[in-house]
Amino acid sequence: MAQTHIDALYQRLILDHYRNPRNKAALARHSVEASRCNPVCGDEVTVQLVVEEGRIARAAFTGHGCSISQAAASMMTDVVRGLDAAEALRMAERFQAMMTAPGLPAPGPEDPLGDLRALQGVSRFPVRVPCAMLAFEALRDALAGVGGTPCPPVH
Amino acid sequence: MPATRTLDPAAVRADFPILSEPVGGQPLVYLDNAASAQKPERVIRAVDHYYRHQHANVHRGIHELGRRATEAYEDARARVAAFIGADPDEVVWTRGTTEAINLVAGAWGIDSLDEGDEILLTTMEHHSNIVPWQLVAARTGARLRYLEMDDEECLRLDMLDEVLTDRTRLLAVTHVSNALGTVNPLAALIEAAHAAGALVLVDGAQAVPHMQIDVHALGADFYALSGHKMFGPTGIGVLWARRELLEEMPPYHGGGEMIRVVRRESSTWADVPHKFEAGTPNIAGAVGLAAACDYLTEIGMDAVQAYEHEVVRYAYECLSAMEGVRVYGPRDPANRAGVVAFTMDEAHPHDISTVLDSRGIAIRAGHHCAQLVMEHCGVAATARASFAFYNTREEVDRLVQAVEAVRRIFA
Ligand SMILES: Cc1ncc(COP(=O)(O)O)c(C=O)c1O
Repeated sequence: MAQTHIDALYQRLILDHYRNPRNKAALARHSVEASRCNPVCGDEVTVQLVVEEGRIARAAFTGHGCSISQAAASMMTDVVRGLDAAEALRMAERFQAMMTAPGLPAPGPEDPLGDLRALQGVSRFPVRVPCAMLAFEALRDALAGVGGTPCPPVH
Repeated sequence: MPATRTLDPAAVRADFPILSEPVGGQPLVYLDNAASAQKPERVIRAVDHYYRHQHANVHRGIHELGRRATEAYEDARARVAAFIGADPDEVVWTRGTTEAINLVAGAWGIDSLDEGDEILLTTMEHHSNIVPWQLVAARTGARLRYLEMDDEECLRLDMLDEVLTDRTRLLAVTHVSNALGTVNPLAALIEAAHAAGALVLVDGAQAVPHMQIDVHALGADFYALSGHKMFGPTGIGVLWARRELLEEMPPYHGGGEMIRVVRRESSTWADVPHKFEAGTPNIAGAVGLAAACDYLTEIGMDAVQAYEHEVVRYAYECLSAMEGVRVYGPRDPANRAGVVAFTMDEAHPHDISTVLDSRGIAIRAGHHCAQLVMEHCGVAATARASFAFYNTREEVDRLVQAVEAVRRIFA
């Protein structure tokens, strides 16, 4: 039982995003950015968005932390490209709903969550849900025009 | 003194009800003892018995139950004092180590420190032995200095001459590091600090569960401990201090219990240790902690130390032999107690912890309330297996197999 949950948690797609993150870069030019820190574990994600004509033309992230927080950031930055702010926030809602309702039927291949669907297994591990949400929290802050709450500097 | 005893792990495990409770359908391997240890039947029963048969407020009522509660409470103080080699009137009940240190900071620190005075800490400290001193420094103008660690995460005694000055008023140092397991050379540290005219506060939270403590023999000025890490209840702990210091120090909290006479403008204080114990205390906690001390005395701290030493050494050897695993802290097992902290090349500590948890193994991942240790090690977090005398070599084997499984997932 627990073992199948672990396999569902650490799917190949998640590990692939963790090892080979997409859109992991600090952009020289961006419209908005925000950072989020999980103070419990020190995981950190900074999201930068290039917004053109009301749509997210490019999303990128930097950060460090566990496989779940980093894979989620990689997947999220892929999925929100081309969306306007309202659509991106709905995506965050949709993802959060999946995280907080374990046992829902798996989203189908057509689901707009795209690769993020692979993170459904996290919902079985409530202590890890904040890891998965970190990038979306930063996205929400960036879209709201607030800088988020980065980890304080070490010194 | 009883002759050195040996510890029978199967027998002591049977004393801890939770250890036979399956977790997620698997036998529990509890390796998060540094965060909080489990409770033997003896402690659970003592608390139960107290509430069923002895409870009333202490030091107040003339009635029979008040007498029983007061007797149980003061008897607990005497037994805990005996366990650490102290006199009962040097033992102040606190909520735990954190409150004990805050008591010294608030009562002694605020009262005695001035601008330019120095408080010497170490980069190995738990946040509870750093932040109270930062608060005191901000209020008094005292300055914080730090003794650093070397590349085996041991304190750099060679730096003492530099950081211990004629302005140093206090050295506050942990006996055993909760993040690393490093056992500090207290005798040398205390001698050097005293020679410089400084007092010494020892954070004993991670030492008391693993070795015999005799506060008088140790020769420090303050010693702080937490009941819940030594198999007693949560919410109870001890500040031990030399009697003269307790007598000189002003009170910490004001209220009932700690006064002799209250007048409109001022009051006089109760004798030590009651002067520092305002309000209705955690009576059941004290009773439970005394039961834990009795239990440990019966098993024998010499037996506990000898047994644990082998299990921790085995864990250290197994984990440090694994490819892609880095273990922190001293290589010499003589300088390590209770903890093996590690990171893996591919897997983040939280991922390690999740995989281990799915196999019934409880460890802690994170900064362990020791961010200066993380900074020294150059990591944001570590995975920490922390042991008690009820852990076994077989459990270490299961830990190692689980770490192998992490490797298979992430490599
Ligand atoms: C070395 C050390 N000091 C202090 C503390 C704080 O103890 P408590 O939370 O019981 O007050 C801990 C507990 O985590 C510790 O390990």
